[in-house]
Amino acid sequence: MLLIHCPYCEEERPELEFRHAGEAHVARPVEITAESDEAFEGYFFIRANPRGIAYERWRHIHGCGRFFNAVRDTVSDRFFATYKAGRKKPDAAKFAGAATGGKDKR
Amino acid sequence: MRKYSVFAIAREALRGHKGWPAQWSSPEPKASYDVVIVGAGGHGLATAYYLASEYGITNIAVLDKGWLGGGNTGRNTTIIRSNYLYDESAGIYNHAMKLWDGLSQELNYNVMYSPRGVMMLAHNVHDVQVFKRHIHANRLNGVDNQWLSPEAAKAFCPPLNIAGNARYPIMGAALQRRGGTARHDAVAWGYARGAAARGVDIIQNCEVTGIRRGADGAVAGVETARGFIGASKVGVVAAGHSTVLMDMAGVRMPLESYPLQALVSEPVKPCFPCVVMSNTVHAYISQSDKGELVIGAGTDQYTSYSQTGGLHIIQHTLDAICEMFPMFTRMKMLRSWGGIVDVTPDRSPILAKTPVKGLYVNCGWGTGGFKATPGSGHVFAHTIARDEPHPINAPFTLERFRTGRLIDEAAAAAVAH
Repeated sequence: MLLIHCPYCEEERPELEFRHAGEAHVARPVEITAESDEAFEGYFFIRANPRGIAYERWRHIHGCGRFFNAVRDTVSDRFFATYKAGRKKPDAAKFAGAATGGKDKR
Repeated sequence: MRKYSVFAIAREALRGHKGWPAQWSSPEPKASYDVVIVGAGGHGLATAYYLASEYGITNIAVLDKGWLGGGNTGRNTTIIRSNYLYDESAGIYNHAMKLWDGLSQELNYNVMYSPRGVMMLAHNVHDVQVFKRHIHANRLNGVDNQWLSPEAAKAFCPPLNIAGNARYPIMGAALQRRGGTARHDAVAWGYARGAAARGVDIIQNCEVTGIRRGADGAVAGVETARGFIGASKVGVVAAGHSTVLMDMAGVRMPLESYPLQALVSEPVKPCFPCVVMSNTVHAYISQSDKGELVIGAGTDQYTSYSQTGGLHIIQHTLDAICEMFPMFTRMKMLRSWGGIVDVTPDRSPILAKTPVKGLYVNCGWGTGGFKATPGSGHVFAHTIARDEPHPINAPFTLERFRTGRLIDEAAAAAVAH
């Protein structure tokens, strides 16, 4: 089970209190009816699904109830940072040294 | 390839079993092939086998970064069924079902296909309604599936607890009698042996690190840990790593990869006659011929490539197993493991051509790809050989997420994928 730091509650809580809410920083189009099929597909269905550093949304559903964002290595499942919704996404280069970089260390 | 037969066994028994040849060779990669398949799991090996046996294309390499059958093929709970809701799904899964029937004979390899029946439990009114809808849809598509009362379910699977005060009450079940299990490793090995005998090179420990495209944009080959291998046709059959592979060719995918766990118990005498699935409480159980209970759990909630999952996921599944089958409460679990499954938004697979000429993809099987192995390989071989999909996989395009023609088994909830 993951241990996740909620940036609102400012403490680490077990994963059971949280709900994973998909890729972060996917902006909903302002004029969604004006989107082309291709653009809508990109917004709605296409996902980065990276092997390595991922930006993702979590919701502290059994806690404060709020959405926040996280940076996690999807190979080691280690969290590098969690930050409040609306904040700018941290630069991946900051974590590149610590990440497994998409390479297994098995 | 030496044919396996009772005479071969008798001959080798007299020789102390010293004359059995290797089932497949491990050749050095050639400079180029007609077709390169990335991923030596069941689906990839089946694709190579049918390309060679049905389409006469034998200059093929199947590449794998690990060993063959070492990914999800060797990690699943070996359940075979075809009781999906939609016509498109019935088409592909029933195609596989028909191939399972004669597969051991076709491959001259015992894949231990055992149509012992797959029973899906209904615990609430919603389950009852959904399953009955599936049964009717299945019957219209010629897929066997029948409704059982709780008593009939218990008669079919005596360990089942149907007491009225059970934590997860049994309100009935849907039974597909032709469903069952097969030996997952044997499926990979049988296809590998059959493909190798027809001239296919199976190259293990050879990670693909790039997909090279020519000036016209078409596929030119793959960069690997063992150098460049040329090919005008490349089939990506990489399950959880499909996004990573397709990224190399610049194709973005509607996929997310999740850990899915399974576990087995200590081996015991035969005590469990069929496969039982409970989608509502996330528990899948059968007994292998070795005697182990084979138990499947749910996916973790977050995307990951770690091939491991949270302990609480397994715990939740075992809670449910113990409630439904009280006689297993003192069973000891021996091993657990995780695999990475690639999940599409509509929970149906993608077997299709891609925007890149010469690049084909077979992915998105999510948590339930094993059952489709022969059918998937068969129609994907057609797609690669003819450069157009087989009528059975024609609906399973990559473009459906743009056109909206989804095959929404997720909403149909045939199973918690």
